Amino acid sequence: MRVLAAMSGGVDSAVAAALAVDAGHDVTGVHLALSPDRQTLRSGARGCCSVEDAHDARRVADELGIPFYVWDLADRFREDVVDDFVAEYEAGRTPNPCLRCNEKIKFTAVLDRAQALGFDAVVTGHHARLAGGELRRSVDAAKDQSYVLGVLTPAQLASAMFPLGGMTKDRVREIAAERGFAVATKADSHDICFIPDGDTRGFLARKLGSRPGPLVDAATGATVGQHDGTYGFTVGQRRGLGVSVGDQQPRYVLGIEPVTRTVTIGTADLAGVDEITTAAATWTGAAPLLPFRAQVQLRAHGTPVGCEVLAGEDGGLVVRLDEVQRGVAAGQSAVLYEPDAERGDRVLGQAAIRLSGKRQGTVRH
Amino acid sequence: MTNTEPVYLDHAATTPVLPEVLVAMTEQLGRVGNASSLHASGRSARRAAEQSRERLAEALGARPSEVLFTGGGTESDNLAVKGLFWARREADARRRRIVVSPAEHHAVLDSVEWLAKHEGAELTWLRVDPSGRVTPEALAEALGDGSDVAVASVMWANNEIGTVSDIAALAATAHDVGVPLHTDAVQAVGQVLVDFGATGVDALTMTGHKLGGPMGAGALLLRRDAECTPLLHGGGQERDVRSGTLDVAAIVGLGVATVAAVGNRVERAGELARLRDRLVAGVVDQVPDAQLNGAPLDDVVRSGPGRLPGNAHLSFPGAEGDALLMLLDARGIECSTGSACSAGVARPSHVLTAVGADPERARSSLRFSLGHTSTDGDVDALLGVIAPVVERARRAGMGRR
Repeated sequence: MRVLAAMSGGVDSAVAAALAVDAGHDVTGVHLALSPDRQTLRSGARGCCSVEDAHDARRVADELGIPFYVWDLADRFREDVVDDFVAEYEAGRTPNPCLRCNEKIKFTAVLDRAQALGFDAVVTGHHARLAGGELRRSVDAAKDQSYVLGVLTPAQLASAMFPLGGMTKDRVREIAAERGFAVATKADSHDICFIPDGDTRGFLARKLGSRPGPLVDAATGATVGQHDGTYGFTVGQRRGLGVSVGDQQPRYVLGIEPVTRTVTIGTADLAGVDEITTAAATWTGAAPLLPFRAQVQLRAHGTPVGCEVLAGEDGGLVVRLDEVQRGVAAGQSAVLYEPDAERGDRVLGQAAIRLSGKRQGTVRH
Repeated sequence: MTNTEPVYLDHAATTPVLPEVLVAMTEQLGRVGNASSLHASGRSARRAAEQSRERLAEALGARPSEVLFTGGGTESDNLAVKGLFWARREADARRRRIVVSPAEHHAVLDSVEWLAKHEGAELTWLRVDPSGRVTPEALAEALGDGSDVAVASVMWANNEIGTVSDIAALAATAHDVGVPLHTDAVQAVGQVLVDFGATGVDALTMTGHKLGGPMGAGALLLRRDAECTPLLHGGGQERDVRSGTLDVAAIVGLGVATVAAVGNRVERAGELARLRDRLVAGVVDQVPDAQLNGAPLDDVVRSGPGRLPGNAHLSFPGAEGDALLMLLDARGIECSTGSACSAGVARPSHVLTAVGADPERARSSLRFSLGHTSTDGDVDALLGVIAPVVERARRAGMGRR
């Protein structure tokens, strides 16, 4: 097959490209330039697609003897990922930009262009298993990235290759070292690539400006403080609330109301939810018949919990959790899995969380 | 991917080393000797370097003492622009203006931008006509009475679209108001007649690897009466303007290559123009809406062709240059989109922007450049694939916003 390898300059995508070459595919490497103002050198584990990262990717491609190009997708990335990220926070939700990037950039903009140029598939260094059109968790539970791929459709998965899902991250680094790739010991990326200093609140403050509003205690309805913008908060957040309420009990963010700019906080007993309402779902395969039982993961690196999935309104879902969960934020994806200890939990699909609450004594945020 | 030798249509980027250059350099590399040393080995090295200087000077209508060997075109451009600016301003503090064409190579553009940012230079951008040419009228207008101008710089032939300016006329115009003219002739030497003395320019940049010589070896031709402040200080080589131990093997290679390129110029230029005209006609025949950028193929200036004979620069509306390049590369055909940033991102060409092309046209362009190893077979290979490649690139382009 003619395969396009998306090469970030990191160790995962380098090894993925190498394995695609080993498998006999005709591989071309592409580095995605996603930031309009590129740093010359990488700074720590944060950020991506600096000039140095492009160089690292090119070095690997040259060693593999494959063609290599840089594609400038900065405009698309800004529109589809960064602007969406800011708008979601502005609307009181907590987006996952990596999931959005996979959905809109890697497996739409890049895949469409690749197919138009005559490629059959896009290979990436994601840690997830993909075989027979079924997307499953990586064997390396700590590195599993199936959550941020849960948004892909059957058509997108049919043109994707994830060669690393069957091996641990340690094994990936071993392969890179065996091949003499300089990136074998390169630090893993963390955090959000377009916020290289890691200060999400500061980034949003620069984009959205100061938008002060009240912090309200859920139990009493009293205003207990002021904040500079709802975008500084995520449901479930405990630290950095900037208030102390008399009883010394820890408070959590329970809800964010963007119109009145109200951030509601409350004690742990109020923070738990066991029912989630979602926007329209996407499925990795044929849409399952509702209702059904599954496991649901509510954030990247979250712990899956058993649930029953029912039909909601407007194509959305109602997800009833077996156990009460805290920190369930609107905007995050509820990714549904079919447990499978042997072959890896299978991703069924996902839907963006809209509302969450308690089935009894309902507190809706 | 293809298993055969690539079809190389990117001679303006670099061109294969001539066999006689390889032989001369290999011989010289085997010999010990610093050209500044006083003993026999040093004398032998110096003799080789000075012979090369004399041959190069003769080939380009310069005196040997006007040849300063450098590390290549970028260094020569930096030395000329910065060195002449500093020296002229030191002689008269009113001289702070630099008059320059917006279609120059980045070695000139970034040098003058740096001088503006750090050294108080004021930049005056020259008008260029739609082919990218600077006219004497435009230069005269920009220079004014010249009293506040440190230096002017106009390239002999453009590296992207191949347009040749009438450098002798421009030098006369600059001298009318007492301003020195530098010209970047990196692409011109070996393709059009370049006579340093007859043209009258004060400084001229040339480099080896565009005419069959080694990379990392070039020269600045600098008139004996031109004051130029050095960039590199040290042992005082090259008239005290460019210190550093002479790279004798590279200098020997540069000399051999320059003599060969200039000596064969008339015959080669005719052959390149024939191949280039075939290439352009063939492409336009298959892709009727392809547009030629730069001067017409048969354009002339006083000194000869108005366009480099080996240059074909074409826009393919609706297709992106980087997609075209990738598709041609996959079919073993090597060309260029013009400029890329340090990370490899294709950028709309500043040259096409300077001549008034819209960004879409600039983004959809490819440069095919022919040189001493080009053949009819190379042109045939391109013509054999260009139509489906453009069609596919156009389809890939439609998915983008």
